Amino acid sequence: MTFDLSILCKSTLEEEYSPICFGETFQPLLLGINDQTYLDWLLKAWGWTLSVSIIGLMLALIIGISIGTLRTLPGKTLIGRSSLYFANCWVELFRNIPVLVQVFLWYHVIPLMLPFLKSVPSYLLVSFALAFFTSARIAEQVKAGIQSLPRGQQAAALALGLSTFQSYRFVILPMALRIVIPPLTSEAMNIVKNSSVAFAVSVSELTMFAMQTQEETSRGIEMYLAVTILYVITAFSVNRIMGIIERKTRIPGLSLSSSSGAH
Amino acid sequence: MTTKKLTISSTTIALVGLMTTLSLTVCNPSFANSTLEKITNSKSITMGVRDSSGALSYTLGDGKYTGFHVEICKRVIADLEKQLKTSLQIKYQLVTSQNRIPLVQNGTVDIECGSTTNNATRQKDVAFAVTTYVEDVRIAVKANSGITSIAQLVNKKVATTTGTTSVQLLRKHEKANGVNFEEVFGKDHADSFLLLESGRTDAFVMDGSILAGNIAMSKNPKDFKIVGEVLNTEPIAIMLPKEDAEFKKFVDASIIKMMKDGTIAKMYQQWFLDPIPPKNVRVGLELSQNTKDAWANPNDKPAEEYSKK
Repeated sequence: MTFDLSILCKSTLEEEYSPICFGETFQPLLLGINDQTYLDWLLKAWGWTLSVSIIGLMLALIIGISIGTLRTLPGKTLIGRSSLYFANCWVELFRNIPVLVQVFLWYHVIPLMLPFLKSVPSYLLVSFALAFFTSARIAEQVKAGIQSLPRGQQAAALALGLSTFQSYRFVILPMALRIVIPPLTSEAMNIVKNSSVAFAVSVSELTMFAMQTQEETSRGIEMYLAVTILYVITAFSVNRIMGIIERKTRIPGLSLSSSSGAH
Repeated sequence: MTTKKLTISSTTIALVGLMTTLSLTVCNPSFANSTLEKITNSKSITMGVRDSSGALSYTLGDGKYTGFHVEICKRVIADLEKQLKTSLQIKYQLVTSQNRIPLVQNGTVDIECGSTTNNATRQKDVAFAVTTYVEDVRIAVKANSGITSIAQLVNKKVATTTGTTSVQLLRKHEKANGVNFEEVFGKDHADSFLLLESGRTDAFVMDGSILAGNIAMSKNPKDFKIVGEVLNTEPIAIMLPKEDAEFKKFVDASIIKMMKDGTIAKMYQQWFLDPIPPKNVRVGLELSQNTKDAWANPNDKPAEEYSKK
Protein backbone atom coordinates (compact mmCIF):
# COMPACT_ATOMS: atom_id res chain seq x y z
CA MET A 1 0.00 0.00 0.00
CA THR A 2 1.42 3.36 -0.99
CA PHE A 3 0.20 6.89 -0.53
CA ASP A 4 -1.51 8.10 -3.66
CA LEU A 5 -3.18 11.44 -3.17
CA SER A 6 -3.98 11.69 -6.89
CA ILE A 7 -7.11 9.71 -5.96
CA LEU A 8 -8.59 13.11 -5.01
CA CYS A 9 -8.49 14.11 -8.70
CA LYS A 10 -10.62 11.13 -9.70
CA SER A 11 -14.19 11.59 -10.82
CA THR A 12 -16.75 10.33 -8.30
CA LEU A 13 -18.74 8.75 -11.14
CA GLU A 14 -16.36 7.43 -13.77
CA GLU A 15 -12.95 5.80 -13.73
CA GLU A 16 -11.26 8.94 -15.01
CA TYR A 17 -8.94 11.56 -13.60
CA SER A 18 -9.26 15.32 -14.03
CA PRO A 19 -6.03 17.11 -15.09
CA ILE A 20 -6.57 20.00 -12.66
CA CYS A 21 -8.22 17.94 -9.93
CA PHE A 22 -11.43 19.96 -10.09
CA GLY A 23 -14.43 18.96 -12.16
CA GLU A 24 -17.53 20.79 -10.97
CA THR A 25 -15.87 23.85 -9.49
CA PHE A 26 -13.99 24.95 -12.62
CA GLN A 27 -16.24 23.47 -15.28
CA PRO A 28 -15.74 26.26 -17.86
CA LEU A 29 -11.99 25.63 -17.82
CA LEU A 30 -12.36 21.96 -18.66
CA LEU A 31 -13.40 20.54 -21.96
CA GLY A 32 -13.64 16.90 -21.03
CA ILE A 33 -14.64 16.19 -17.47
CA ASN A 34 -17.42 18.02 -15.74
CA ASP A 35 -18.15 15.34 -13.16
CA GLN A 36 -17.57 16.03 -9.53
CA THR A 37 -14.09 14.93 -8.43
CA TYR A 38 -13.31 13.76 -4.91
CA LEU A 39 -11.52 17.06 -4.31
CA ASP A 40 -14.69 19.00 -5.20
CA TRP A 41 -16.61 16.81 -2.80
CA LEU A 42 -13.97 17.22 -0.08
CA LEU A 43 -14.22 21.01 -0.26
CA LYS A 44 -18.02 20.86 -0.16
CA ALA A 45 -17.79 18.60 2.88
CA TRP A 46 -15.44 21.13 4.50
CA GLY A 47 -18.05 23.79 3.80
CA TRP A 48 -20.66 21.76 5.70
CA THR A 49 -18.31 21.26 8.64
CA LEU A 50 -17.65 25.02 8.75
CA SER A 51 -21.35 25.93 8.40
CA VAL A 52 -22.49 23.60 11.16
CA SER A 53 -19.64 24.76 13.44
CA ILE A 54 -20.18 28.47 12.84
CA ILE A 55 -23.98 28.38 13.30
CA GLY A 56 -23.49 26.22 16.39
CA LEU A 57 -20.80 28.49 17.85
CA MET A 58 -22.76 31.71 17.33
CA LEU A 59 -25.85 30.26 19.02
CA ALA A 60 -23.74 28.70 21.76
CA LEU A 61 -22.06 32.04 22.56
CA ILE A 62 -25.35 33.92 22.78
CA ILE A 63 -27.06 31.28 24.92
CA GLY A 64 -23.95 30.45 26.94
CA ILE A 65 -23.25 34.06 27.93
CA SER A 66 -26.90 34.64 28.87
CA ILE A 67 -27.18 31.45 30.92
CA GLY A 68 -23.77 32.00 32.54
CA THR A 69 -24.84 35.51 33.59
CA LEU A 70 -28.16 34.25 34.96
CA ARG A 71 -26.27 31.78 37.12
CA THR A 72 -24.53 34.61 38.97
CA LEU A 73 -27.68 36.61 39.76
CA PRO A 74 -28.21 37.26 43.46
CA GLY A 75 -31.61 35.47 43.39
CA LYS A 76 -33.29 37.72 45.92
CA THR A 77 -36.49 38.37 43.96
CA LEU A 78 -38.87 35.73 42.57
CA ILE A 79 -37.78 36.46 38.99
CA GLY A 80 -34.12 36.29 40.03
CA ARG A 81 -34.65 32.98 41.81
CA SER A 82 -36.60 31.37 38.97
CA SER A 83 -34.10 32.48 36.32
CA LEU A 84 -31.27 31.15 38.48
CA TYR A 85 -33.13 27.85 38.78
CA PHE A 86 -33.81 27.76 35.03
CA ALA A 87 -30.12 28.43 34.24
CA ASN A 88 -28.96 25.70 36.64
CA CYS A 89 -31.34 23.20 35.02
CA TRP A 90 -30.19 24.22 31.54
CA VAL A 91 -26.52 23.63 32.34
CA GLU A 92 -27.06 20.33 34.14
CA LEU A 93 -29.34 18.99 31.41
CA PHE A 94 -27.17 19.79 28.41
CA ARG A 95 -23.85 19.12 30.12
CA ASN A 96 -24.75 15.64 31.31
CA ILE A 97 -26.03 14.10 28.05
CA PRO A 98 -23.41 12.93 25.51
CA VAL A 99 -23.42 15.10 22.42
CA LEU A 100 -24.16 12.21 20.03
CA VAL A 101 -27.22 11.25 22.09
CA GLN A 102 -28.40 14.87 22.00
CA VAL A 103 -28.06 14.87 18.21
CA PHE A 104 -30.21 11.73 17.99
CA LEU A 105 -32.80 13.21 20.36
CA TRP A 106 -33.09 16.30 18.16
CA TYR A 107 -33.29 14.27 14.97
CA HIS A 108 -35.36 11.23 15.89
CA VAL A 109 -37.24 11.88 19.15
CA ILE A 110 -38.18 15.56 19.44
CA PRO A 111 -39.71 15.71 15.89
CA LEU A 112 -42.15 13.01 17.05
CA MET A 113 -43.47 15.43 19.67
CA LEU A 114 -43.11 18.60 17.58
CA PRO A 115 -43.94 17.51 14.01
CA PHE A 116 -42.95 20.87 12.45
CA LEU A 117 -39.31 20.01 13.23
CA LYS A 118 -39.50 17.23 10.62
CA SER A 119 -39.27 19.84 7.89
CA VAL A 120 -36.25 21.56 9.48
CA PRO A 121 -33.07 20.56 7.58
CA SER A 122 -30.88 18.18 9.54
CA TYR A 123 -27.85 20.48 9.49
CA LEU A 124 -29.83 23.03 11.48
CA LEU A 125 -30.94 20.40 14.00
CA VAL A 126 -27.32 19.36 14.46
CA SER A 127 -26.30 22.99 14.86
CA PHE A 128 -28.92 23.38 17.60
CA ALA A 129 -27.76 20.22 19.34
CA LEU A 130 -24.11 21.32 19.22
CA ALA A 131 -25.06 24.85 20.27
CA PHE A 132 -27.02 23.70 23.33
CA PHE A 133 -24.33 21.24 24.36
CA THR A 134 -21.60 23.86 24.00
CA SER A 135 -23.73 26.61 25.59
CA ALA A 136 -23.77 24.66 28.87
CA ARG A 137 -19.98 24.58 28.87
CA ILE A 138 -19.63 28.24 27.88
CA ALA A 139 -22.13 29.19 30.61
CA GLU A 140 -19.91 27.56 33.22
CA GLN A 141 -16.86 29.43 31.95
CA VAL A 142 -18.68 32.76 31.87
CA LYS A 143 -19.93 32.12 35.40
CA ALA A 144 -16.39 31.35 36.54
CA GLY A 145 -15.16 34.51 34.82
CA ILE A 146 -17.76 36.66 36.60
CA GLN A 147 -17.03 35.05 39.95
CA SER A 148 -13.31 35.66 39.53
CA LEU A 149 -13.92 39.41 39.66
CA PRO A 150 -13.60 41.10 43.06
CA ARG A 151 -17.06 41.45 44.66
CA GLY A 152 -16.42 45.14 45.16
CA GLN A 153 -16.76 45.73 41.40
CA GLN A 154 -20.46 45.03 41.40
CA ALA A 155 -21.00 46.79 44.71
CA ALA A 156 -19.27 49.87 43.33
CA ALA A 157 -21.36 49.77 40.15
CA LEU A 158 -24.58 49.57 42.16
CA ALA A 159 -23.38 52.34 44.50
CA LEU A 160 -22.95 54.57 41.44
CA GLY A 161 -26.66 54.16 40.80
CA LEU A 162 -26.50 51.57 37.98
CA SER A 163 -29.27 49.00 37.81
CA THR A 164 -28.39 45.30 38.00
CA PHE A 165 -28.68 45.06 34.22
CA GLN A 166 -26.47 48.11 33.72
CA SER A 167 -23.88 46.84 36.19
CA TYR A 168 -23.56 43.63 34.17
CA ARG A 169 -23.63 45.41 30.83
CA PHE A 170 -21.10 48.14 31.58
CA VAL A 171 -18.92 46.79 34.40
CA ILE A 172 -19.01 43.04 35.01
CA LEU A 173 -19.37 41.40 31.59
CA PRO A 174 -16.80 43.54 29.74
CA MET A 175 -14.19 42.38 32.25
CA ALA A 176 -15.41 38.82 32.74
CA LEU A 177 -15.60 38.10 29.01
CA ARG A 178 -12.02 39.26 28.51
CA ILE A 179 -10.91 36.85 31.22
CA VAL A 180 -12.66 33.85 29.64
CA ILE A 181 -11.35 34.30 26.09
CA PRO A 182 -8.72 31.51 26.50
CA PRO A 183 -11.24 28.82 27.60
CA LEU A 184 -13.70 30.08 24.96
CA THR A 185 -10.96 29.46 22.38
CA SER A 186 -10.93 25.81 23.44
CA GLU A 187 -14.71 25.64 23.15
CA ALA A 188 -14.62 27.16 19.67
CA MET A 189 -12.04 24.58 18.60
CA ASN A 190 -14.04 21.81 20.27
CA ILE A 191 -17.21 22.65 18.39
CA VAL A 192 -15.34 22.21 15.10
CA LYS A 193 -14.24 18.75 16.18
CA ASN A 194 -17.61 17.87 17.74
CA SER A 195 -19.32 18.80 14.47
CA SER A 196 -18.16 15.37 13.23
CA VAL A 197 -21.23 13.86 14.94
CA ALA A 198 -23.30 15.50 12.18
CA PHE A 199 -22.50 12.56 9.90
CA ALA A 200 -24.86 10.45 12.02
CA VAL A 201 -27.87 12.45 10.85
CA SER A 202 -27.03 12.71 7.18
CA VAL A 203 -25.04 15.93 6.96
CA SER A 204 -22.34 15.25 4.39
CA GLU A 205 -19.50 16.87 6.29
CA LEU A 206 -15.85 15.79 6.52
CA THR A 207 -16.33 12.66 8.62
CA MET A 208 -19.06 11.35 6.35
CA PHE A 209 -16.86 12.16 3.35
CA ALA A 210 -14.05 10.07 4.82
CA MET A 211 -16.30 7.14 5.71
CA GLN A 212 -17.99 7.09 2.33
CA THR A 213 -15.00 7.68 0.08
CA GLN A 214 -12.73 5.16 1.77
CA GLU A 215 -15.32 2.56 0.79
CA GLU A 216 -15.70 3.84 -2.79
CA THR A 217 -12.01 4.25 -3.54
CA SER A 218 -10.41 1.69 -1.18
CA ARG A 219 -7.97 4.50 -0.35
CA GLY A 220 -8.92 5.05 3.28
CA ILE A 221 -5.55 6.26 4.51
CA GLU A 222 -5.37 9.06 1.92
CA MET A 223 -8.97 10.11 2.56
CA TYR A 224 -8.64 10.18 6.34
CA LEU A 225 -5.31 12.02 5.95
CA ALA A 226 -6.91 14.72 3.79
CA VAL A 227 -9.80 15.11 6.23
CA THR A 228 -7.46 15.22 9.24
CA ILE A 229 -5.43 18.01 7.63
CA LEU A 230 -8.59 20.06 7.03
CA TYR A 231 -9.74 19.58 10.65
CA VAL A 232 -6.30 20.70 11.88
CA ILE A 233 -6.31 23.73 9.58
CA THR A 234 -9.81 24.70 10.73
CA ALA A 235 -9.15 24.27 14.44
CA PHE A 236 -5.83 26.10 14.19
CA SER A 237 -7.42 29.00 12.29
CA VAL A 238 -10.04 29.28 15.02
CA ASN A 239 -7.21 29.38 17.55
CA ARG A 240 -5.44 32.20 15.66
CA ILE A 241 -8.64 34.22 15.14
CA MET A 242 -9.39 34.02 18.86
CA GLY A 243 -5.77 35.08 19.50
CA ILE A 244 -6.33 38.19 17.37
CA ILE A 245 -9.60 38.94 19.17
CA GLU A 246 -7.84 38.59 22.50
CA ARG A 247 -5.12 41.06 21.43
CA LYS A 248 -7.55 43.56 19.90
CA THR A 249 -9.83 43.65 22.93
CA ARG A 250 -7.03 43.96 25.48
CA ILE A 251 -7.22 47.21 27.45
CA PRO A 252 -3.74 48.71 27.83
CA GLY A 253 -2.67 49.00 31.43
CA LEU A 254 -5.51 46.86 32.73
CA SER A 255 -4.24 43.50 33.80
CA LEU A 256 -7.04 41.10 34.60
CA SER A 257 -5.08 38.00 35.41
CA SER A 258 -4.12 37.89 39.05
CA SER A 259 -0.78 36.13 38.50
CA SER A 260 0.75 39.11 36.71
CA GLY A 261 -1.35 41.54 38.61
CA ALA A 262 0.76 44.49 39.65
CA HIS A 263 -1.53 47.48 39.46
CA MET B 1 23.64 25.14 24.51
CA THR B 2 24.77 21.55 24.52
CA THR B 3 21.56 20.44 26.17
CA LYS B 4 19.51 22.25 23.56
CA LYS B 5 21.37 20.62 20.68
CA LEU B 6 21.02 17.25 22.32
CA THR B 7 17.26 17.68 22.68
CA ILE B 8 16.89 18.64 19.06
CA SER B 9 18.92 15.72 17.77
CA SER B 10 17.07 13.19 19.95
CA THR B 11 13.75 14.58 18.71
CA THR B 12 15.00 14.21 15.16
CA ILE B 13 16.08 10.63 15.82
CA ALA B 14 12.71 9.86 17.37
CA LEU B 15 10.94 11.39 14.37
CA VAL B 16 13.07 9.52 11.86
CA GLY B 17 12.48 6.34 13.81
CA LEU B 18 8.74 6.91 13.80
CA MET B 19 8.72 7.65 10.08
CA THR B 20 10.70 4.48 9.35
CA THR B 21 8.31 2.35 11.38
CA LEU B 22 5.37 3.97 9.64
CA SER B 23 6.78 3.50 6.16
CA LEU B 24 7.76 -0.09 6.96
CA THR B 25 4.28 -0.98 8.13
CA VAL B 26 2.66 0.85 5.26
CA CYS B 27 4.89 -0.24 2.41
CA ASN B 28 6.00 -3.76 3.31
CA PRO B 29 2.89 -5.51 4.47
CA SER B 30 3.46 -8.94 3.03
CA PHE B 31 5.55 -11.54 4.78
CA ALA B 32 8.11 -13.67 3.05
CA ASN B 33 6.53 -16.88 4.34
CA SER B 34 3.45 -18.25 2.67
CA THR B 35 0.19 -18.35 4.58
CA LEU B 36 0.15 -22.17 4.68
CA GLU B 37 3.66 -22.21 6.14
CA LYS B 38 2.67 -19.64 8.76
CA ILE B 39 -0.44 -21.65 9.70
CA THR B 40 1.54 -24.90 9.96
CA ASN B 41 4.20 -23.34 12.15
CA SER B 42 1.84 -21.54 14.53
CA LYS B 43 -0.81 -24.31 14.54
CA SER B 44 -3.39 -21.52 14.41
CA ILE B 45 -5.32 -19.56 11.82
CA THR B 46 -6.83 -16.08 12.17
CA MET B 47 -10.30 -15.64 10.73
CA GLY B 48 -11.57 -12.11 10.07
CA VAL B 49 -15.24 -11.79 11.02
CA ARG B 50 -17.90 -9.04 11.13
CA ASP B 51 -20.25 -8.22 13.98
CA SER B 52 -23.38 -7.49 11.94
CA SER B 53 -23.17 -8.33 8.26
CA GLY B 54 -26.62 -9.84 7.97
CA ALA B 55 -26.72 -13.63 7.86
CA LEU B 56 -23.27 -13.74 6.23
CA SER B 57 -21.20 -12.99 9.29
CA TYR B 58 -22.34 -11.79 12.70
CA THR B 59 -21.72 -12.13 16.39
CA LEU B 60 -23.75 -14.07 18.94
CA GLY B 61 -22.01 -12.09 21.66
CA ASP B 62 -19.41 -13.43 24.07
CA GLY B 63 -16.71 -13.65 21.36
CA LYS B 64 -18.74 -16.15 19.30
CA TYR B 65 -19.23 -15.58 15.58
CA THR B 66 -21.38 -17.34 13.05
CA GLY B 67 -23.12 -16.90 9.71
CA PHE B 68 -23.11 -18.35 6.20
CA HIS B 69 -19.55 -17.25 5.37
CA VAL B 70 -18.14 -18.03 8.82
CA GLU B 71 -19.47 -21.59 8.60
CA ILE B 72 -18.02 -22.02 5.08
CA CYS B 73 -14.66 -20.89 6.45
CA LYS B 74 -14.91 -23.34 9.35
CA ARG B 75 -15.35 -26.18 6.84
CA VAL B 76 -12.40 -24.92 4.80
CA ILE B 77 -10.31 -24.92 7.96
CA ALA B 78 -11.48 -28.48 8.78
CA ASP B 79 -10.22 -29.51 5.32
CA LEU B 80 -6.99 -27.69 6.02
CA GLU B 81 -6.55 -29.66 9.26
CA LYS B 82 -6.94 -32.92 7.31
CA GLN B 83 -4.42 -31.77 4.71
CA LEU B 84 -1.84 -30.61 7.28
CA LYS B 85 -2.62 -33.59 9.57
CA THR B 86 -2.72 -31.35 12.62
CA SER B 87 -5.38 -29.56 14.60
CA LEU B 88 -5.56 -25.80 14.21
CA GLN B 89 -6.68 -23.22 16.72
CA ILE B 90 -9.11 -20.73 15.14
CA LYS B 91 -8.54 -17.15 16.31
CA TYR B 92 -11.35 -14.72 15.53
CA GLN B 93 -10.45 -11.16 14.63
CA LEU B 94 -13.34 -8.70 14.41
CA VAL B 95 -12.87 -6.48 11.35
CA THR B 96 -14.76 -3.45 10.02
CA SER B 97 -15.20 -2.27 6.46
CA GLN B 98 -12.50 0.32 7.20
CA ASN B 99 -9.76 -2.03 8.39
CA ARG B 100 -10.48 -5.39 6.72
CA ILE B 101 -8.23 -4.83 3.66
CA PRO B 102 -5.18 -3.49 5.58
CA LEU B 103 -5.48 -6.39 8.07
CA VAL B 104 -5.47 -9.01 5.30
CA GLN B 105 -2.61 -7.20 3.56
CA ASN B 106 -0.36 -7.08 6.61
CA GLY B 107 -1.01 -10.72 7.50
CA THR B 108 -2.99 -10.15 10.73
CA VAL B 109 -5.96 -11.92 9.17
CA ASP B 110 -5.38 -15.11 7.14
CA ILE B 111 -8.92 -15.53 5.81
CA GLU B 112 -11.65 -12.87 5.96
CA CYS B 113 -15.15 -14.31 6.18
CA GLY B 114 -17.40 -11.28 6.17
CA SER B 115 -19.36 -9.58 3.42
CA THR B 116 -16.68 -8.14 1.17
CA THR B 117 -17.55 -7.25 -2.41
CA ASN B 118 -15.02 -8.57 -4.89
CA ASN B 119 -14.14 -5.63 -7.16
CA ALA B 120 -11.27 -4.69 -9.45
CA THR B 121 -9.85 -1.97 -7.16
CA ARG B 122 -9.63 -4.39 -4.24
CA GLN B 123 -8.07 -7.10 -6.40
CA LYS B 124 -5.01 -4.84 -6.62
CA ASP B 125 -4.55 -5.22 -2.85
CA VAL B 126 -5.98 -8.63 -1.93
CA ALA B 127 -7.19 -11.89 -3.50
CA PHE B 128 -10.68 -13.38 -3.35
CA ALA B 129 -11.81 -16.99 -3.16
CA VAL B 130 -14.47 -18.14 -5.63
CA THR B 131 -17.72 -16.18 -5.24
CA THR B 132 -19.98 -17.86 -2.70
CA TYR B 133 -22.84 -15.37 -2.64
CA VAL B 134 -24.13 -12.81 -5.15
CA GLU B 135 -25.81 -9.77 -3.68
CA ASP B 136 -28.58 -7.88 -5.45
CA VAL B 137 -29.10 -4.23 -4.51
CA ARG B 138 -32.85 -3.68 -4.07
CA ILE B 139 -35.40 -1.18 -2.73
CA ALA B 140 -37.37 -1.66 0.49
CA VAL B 141 -40.56 0.36 0.94
CA LYS B 142 -43.61 0.38 3.17
CA ALA B 143 -46.05 -2.25 1.90
CA ASN B 144 -48.86 0.32 1.56
CA SER B 145 -46.77 2.95 -0.26
CA GLY B 146 -47.64 1.77 -3.78
CA ILE B 147 -44.04 2.19 -4.92
CA THR B 148 -42.92 -0.60 -7.24
CA SER B 149 -39.90 0.74 -9.10
CA ILE B 150 -37.01 3.15 -8.81
CA ALA B 151 -38.66 5.48 -11.35
CA GLN B 152 -41.31 6.28 -8.73
CA LEU B 153 -38.65 7.42 -6.28
CA VAL B 154 -37.71 10.53 -8.30
CA ASN B 155 -37.66 13.59 -6.02
CA LYS B 156 -38.62 11.41 -3.07
CA LYS B 157 -36.60 10.75 0.06
CA VAL B 158 -34.38 7.68 -0.18
CA ALA B 159 -32.40 6.27 2.74
CA THR B 160 -29.11 4.49 2.36
CA THR B 161 -26.16 3.83 4.66
CA THR B 162 -22.95 5.87 4.82
CA GLY B 163 -19.90 3.86 3.81
CA THR B 164 -21.62 1.53 1.35
CA THR B 165 -21.44 1.21 -2.42
CA SER B 166 -25.19 1.95 -2.64
CA VAL B 167 -24.45 5.66 -2.05
CA GLN B 168 -22.31 5.72 -5.19
CA LEU B 169 -24.85 3.61 -7.04
CA LEU B 170 -27.64 6.13 -6.40
CA ARG B 171 -25.35 8.99 -7.43
CA LYS B 172 -24.52 7.23 -10.71
CA HIS B 173 -28.18 6.46 -11.33
CA GLU B 174 -29.09 10.15 -10.84
CA LYS B 175 -26.40 11.28 -13.27
CA ALA B 176 -27.16 8.64 -15.90
CA ASN B 177 -30.91 9.28 -15.91
CA GLY B 178 -30.86 12.98 -15.12
CA VAL B 179 -33.11 12.48 -12.10
CA ASN B 180 -32.84 13.50 -8.48
CA PHE B 181 -33.40 11.66 -5.19
CA GLU B 182 -33.35 13.31 -1.81
CA GLU B 183 -30.81 11.03 -0.21
CA VAL B 184 -30.77 10.65 3.55
CA PHE B 185 -27.75 8.81 4.94
CA GLY B 186 -28.12 6.58 7.99
CA LYS B 187 -25.01 5.99 10.03
CA ASP B 188 -25.57 2.21 9.96
CA HIS B 189 -28.17 -0.17 8.51
CA ALA B 190 -30.34 -0.13 11.63
CA ASP B 191 -30.40 3.65 11.47
CA SER B 192 -31.34 3.68 7.77
CA PHE B 193 -34.13 1.20 8.43
CA LEU B 194 -35.38 3.42 11.26
CA LEU B 195 -35.59 6.29 8.76
CA LEU B 196 -37.89 4.16 6.59
CA GLU B 197 -39.86 2.83 9.55
CA SER B 198 -40.46 6.28 11.06
CA GLY B 199 -41.59 7.68 7.71
CA ARG B 200 -38.68 10.08 7.33
CA THR B 201 -37.88 8.46 3.98
CA ASP B 202 -39.99 6.68 1.37
CA ALA B 203 -37.49 3.93 0.58
CA PHE B 204 -34.31 2.24 1.73
CA VAL B 205 -31.88 1.18 -1.00
CA MET B 206 -29.41 -1.50 0.08
CA ASP B 207 -28.14 -5.04 -0.43
CA GLY B 208 -31.09 -7.44 -0.56
CA SER B 209 -29.87 -9.63 2.31
CA ILE B 210 -29.54 -6.61 4.61
CA LEU B 211 -33.03 -5.38 3.70
CA ALA B 212 -34.51 -8.84 4.25
CA GLY B 213 -32.67 -9.17 7.57
CA ASN B 214 -33.85 -5.78 8.84
CA ILE B 215 -37.43 -6.44 7.79
CA ALA B 216 -37.35 -9.84 9.48
CA MET B 217 -36.12 -8.28 12.74
CA SER B 218 -38.62 -5.37 12.68
CA LYS B 219 -41.73 -5.09 14.86
CA ASN B 220 -44.14 -5.71 11.97
CA PRO B 221 -42.37 -7.44 9.07
CA LYS B 222 -45.62 -7.40 7.06
CA ASP B 223 -45.53 -3.59 6.86
CA PHE B 224 -42.53 -3.66 4.55
CA LYS B 225 -41.69 -5.22 1.23
CA ILE B 226 -38.78 -5.43 -1.16
CA VAL B 227 -39.78 -4.17 -4.60
CA GLY B 228 -38.52 -3.18 -7.99
CA GLU B 229 -35.72 -4.06 -10.31
CA VAL B 230 -32.29 -5.27 -9.22
CA LEU B 231 -30.26 -2.04 -9.16
CA ASN B 232 -26.86 -3.65 -9.05
CA THR B 233 -25.26 -7.06 -8.68
CA GLU B 234 -22.17 -7.60 -6.57
CA PRO B 235 -20.24 -10.81 -5.99
CA ILE B 236 -19.46 -11.31 -2.30
CA ALA B 237 -16.50 -13.52 -1.53
CA ILE B 238 -14.11 -14.69 1.13
CA MET B 239 -11.02 -12.48 1.12
CA LEU B 240 -7.48 -13.92 1.10
CA PRO B 241 -3.93 -12.52 1.09
CA LYS B 242 -2.69 -11.50 -2.35
CA GLU B 243 0.04 -13.36 -4.20
CA ASP B 244 -0.38 -16.62 -2.31
CA ALA B 245 -1.58 -18.86 -5.12
CA GLU B 246 -1.02 -22.03 -3.07
CA PHE B 247 -3.36 -20.92 -0.26
CA LYS B 248 -6.01 -19.57 -2.67
CA LYS B 249 -5.91 -22.83 -4.65
CA PHE B 250 -6.54 -24.82 -1.49
CA VAL B 251 -9.41 -22.60 -0.28
CA ASP B 252 -11.00 -22.55 -3.76
CA ALA B 253 -10.80 -26.35 -4.05
CA SER B 254 -12.43 -26.77 -0.66
CA ILE B 255 -15.28 -24.35 -1.51
CA ILE B 256 -15.83 -25.85 -4.97
CA LYS B 257 -16.17 -29.26 -3.34
CA MET B 258 -18.99 -27.83 -1.16
CA MET B 259 -20.64 -26.37 -4.27
CA LYS B 260 -20.50 -29.66 -6.16
CA ASP B 261 -21.76 -31.95 -3.38
CA GLY B 262 -24.62 -29.62 -2.42
CA THR B 263 -23.28 -28.73 1.03
CA ILE B 264 -23.37 -25.03 0.22
CA ALA B 265 -27.03 -25.21 -0.87
CA LYS B 266 -27.91 -26.85 2.47
CA MET B 267 -26.00 -24.12 4.28
CA TYR B 268 -27.87 -21.46 2.30
CA GLN B 269 -31.15 -23.05 3.40
CA GLN B 270 -29.91 -23.03 7.00
CA TRP B 271 -28.83 -19.35 7.08
CA PHE B 272 -31.21 -17.58 4.71
CA LEU B 273 -34.46 -19.58 4.89
CA ASP B 274 -34.56 -21.36 8.26
CA PRO B 275 -34.74 -19.52 11.59
CA ILE B 276 -31.26 -18.45 12.74
CA PRO B 277 -29.86 -17.68 16.19
CA PRO B 278 -29.87 -15.68 18.40
CA LYS B 279 -33.53 -14.57 17.96
CA ASN B 280 -34.65 -17.55 15.86
CA VAL B 281 -36.11 -15.44 13.09
CA ARG B 282 -36.01 -16.12 9.36
CA VAL B 283 -34.15 -13.83 6.95
CA GLY B 284 -36.37 -15.29 4.24
CA LEU B 285 -34.29 -14.51 1.17
CA GLU B 286 -34.80 -16.99 -1.69
CA LEU B 287 -31.71 -18.24 -3.53
CA SER B 288 -31.16 -15.89 -6.50
CA GLN B 289 -30.36 -16.99 -10.03
CA ASN B 290 -27.04 -15.10 -9.89
CA THR B 291 -25.92 -17.00 -6.80
CA LYS B 292 -26.99 -20.29 -8.41
CA ASP B 293 -24.93 -19.41 -11.49
CA ALA B 294 -21.90 -18.57 -9.35
CA TRP B 295 -22.13 -22.01 -7.70
CA ALA B 296 -22.58 -23.81 -11.03
CA ASN B 297 -19.56 -22.09 -12.59
CA PRO B 298 -17.19 -21.23 -9.73
CA ASN B 299 -15.24 -18.03 -10.52
CA ASP B 300 -13.63 -15.03 -8.87
CA LYS B 301 -14.77 -12.40 -11.35
CA PRO B 302 -14.93 -8.84 -9.90
CA ALA B 303 -18.16 -6.79 -9.68
CA GLU B 304 -17.21 -4.92 -12.86
CA GLU B 305 -17.72 -8.13 -14.89
CA TYR B 306 -21.26 -8.44 -13.54
CA SER B 307 -22.26 -4.88 -14.42
CA LYS B 308 -21.12 -5.35 -18.04
CA LYS B 309 -23.96 -7.75 -18.73
